[in-house]
Amino acid sequence: MRELTYREAIREALREELRRDPGVFLLGEDIAVYGGLFKVTDGLLAEFGPDRVLDTPLSESAIVGAAVGAAVMGLRPVAELMFADFTTVAMDALVNHAAKMNYMSGGESPVPMVVRMAYGAGPRWGSHHTQSVESWLTNVPGLTIVMPTTPSDAKGLLKASIRTSNPVIFLEHKLLYGKKGEVPEDEYLVPIGKADVKRAGDAVTIVATGLMVDRALGAARTLATEGIAAEVIDLRSIQPLDEDTILGSVEKTGRLVIVHETPVRGGFGGEIAAVVAGKALGYLDAPIQRVGAPWTPVPFGQILVDAYVPKEADIIQAVHATQGAPAA
Amino acid sequence: MGDSERLTDKDLLQMYRWLVLVRAFEDRVCDLWAKAKIMELPHGSQGQEAIAVGACYSLRREDQVMPSLRTRGAFFVKGIPTRVQMAGMYAKATGPAGGKATAHHMGDTARGVLVGSGIVGASITVAAGAALAFKLQRKDHVVVAFFGDGAAQRGDFHEGLNFAGVFKLPVIFVLENNGYAEMTPVAKHFAGADFACRAQGYGFPGVRMDGNDVFAVYDAVQTAVRRARAGEGPSLLECVTYRMRGHSENNPVTTCRDMGEVEAWRPKDPILRMRAALLKGGTLTEALAARVDAEVAAEIEDALAYAQESPSPEVSELTKDVYAPESRDLVVGRRS
Repeated sequence: MRELTYREAIREALREELRRDPGVFLLGEDIAVYGGLFKVTDGLLAEFGPDRVLDTPLSESAIVGAAVGAAVMGLRPVAELMFADFTTVAMDALVNHAAKMNYMSGGESPVPMVVRMAYGAGPRWGSHHTQSVESWLTNVPGLTIVMPTTPSDAKGLLKASIRTSNPVIFLEHKLLYGKKGEVPEDEYLVPIGKADVKRAGDAVTIVATGLMVDRALGAARTLATEGIAAEVIDLRSIQPLDEDTILGSVEKTGRLVIVHETPVRGGFGGEIAAVVAGKALGYLDAPIQRVGAPWTPVPFGQILVDAYVPKEADIIQAVHATQGAPAA
Repeated sequence: MGDSERLTDKDLLQMYRWLVLVRAFEDRVCDLWAKAKIMELPHGSQGQEAIAVGACYSLRREDQVMPSLRTRGAFFVKGIPTRVQMAGMYAKATGPAGGKATAHHMGDTARGVLVGSGIVGASITVAAGAALAFKLQRKDHVVVAFFGDGAAQRGDFHEGLNFAGVFKLPVIFVLENNGYAEMTPVAKHFAGADFACRAQGYGFPGVRMDGNDVFAVYDAVQTAVRRARAGEGPSLLECVTYRMRGHSENNPVTTCRDMGEVEAWRPKDPILRMRAALLKGGTLTEALAARVDAEVAAEIEDALAYAQESPSPEVSELTKDVYAPESRDLVVGRRS
């Protein structure tokens, strides 16, 4: 099968949906002429023109607010926020308008829109261009939160996101843009809300998102050499959360490690732990372990960033902590 | 000649009737609130009715309005039934969104009313987006976005107007300068001379007018609508008015205003002014005015009875409409 980068796969999803549905359009800062700060939308202006690919003022609140208004009127906007950190500026439009308008209209004004953004600690971008913002948004009914890890999932999930009737936060990890992977040439969608078991195992369940899925898979390969068979689950979306896949795996392994790049405290991993504790406590043979960022802002220098972002060694250590004698 | 001079007697009487109906509705719900009869805290538009009625009269059904806290008149002129609005005040299942939304943020895009916002000013960007949709769809409909002087101090005013100016969107920003942001007088929250001049900074016209003159508002909006439909872009209309009631019925004017100021505005009441003009012009007679009053009173009583008799929402409604149902689009072609 042919290979595409994560960036190319996202661009292909945008191109296919722009071709398929005249109601789809893109808006954001520097996405048209420049092709996007991360070059995701490169070439789309040339193919679709300025009425489908819009460069906007540096106004995140207006970008998301305008997307809401256009969506309510029947279009399918795909907004790019550049850095996920800028959600703070657009939070009101996301939380009070995108997420609530269908409810406040009694179902008369659905808001079919996507807000794409690059998240995660990258190469020395500093505290304001590196955050993993998903946990802020998981407590907002009405939003859907998608976090693809592979190029094929990025494409299939983005196409599904553009076609849903609801607002979707589409989180692209900036360190994954260059990652290559097999992407089918035939058209496909990846259903939102279905986790992917990336590696089967029976000794421990590792639940992860985004870049952390790759780190978890790396950790699982090392653990295999120690005779520990880890099952790695890529959630792909955290709202909806695929509880069935998580619970099914924990019932098999009896051990759970949750990995995300957002800080551990208040992170959505706590929600997953609560779901498992509430519904599968009897299957657990060891306390649940959470791996995430420490309780600090994302730092600047590489040495500090390396200390901040969870590593394979952190995941391995957490797995070891679950492998003691089974609880009586 | 202003557009208002071309209004027929029928038009004039219809506009007058809207004004009387809005006032009667607002007064009635304030009275009911005082007697603890209704669920929703009224944020009255008494004194400002000419803005919404003048701005919305002659709009197309497809044109969208983005309500402010005080555009009761827009709901009426755009065709949201009195019964539905009253049922909303009682949070009944027959009210807006089946009782899940307050009546003053209600939306009904089929009638041309976008869902409003409790975050005043935030809906300016949403209104710009609705106008962007019209432009991208090559439709010549317009959006009329209402907000107050308080809302004009939020960052979304700047982001929304700049965005609309850059894309030359078919949107008319109607700033209801009623002199107060909640309890704070405009002189305490605004160092500028007027709001209309801000439009210059966004590349489109700004006009300041007497917001208690329904004809002045109508003329200015009609001019702006023509400009918008022609693809020439937005306008900012500052309508100077005075809010005769407190921010809400929990903050009556007696607790936060100089009552001399309130009394000084009483003769400038937009309904009295239109009534006097129509009586003078012969469109209205005392007998006709009495009939309008009686009809409006009957309409309010009917709506009240309807609201009181309507059922409350079933508790099972609570979790409905958090997400819209998905279309077939998502099912076809789904990878296993």
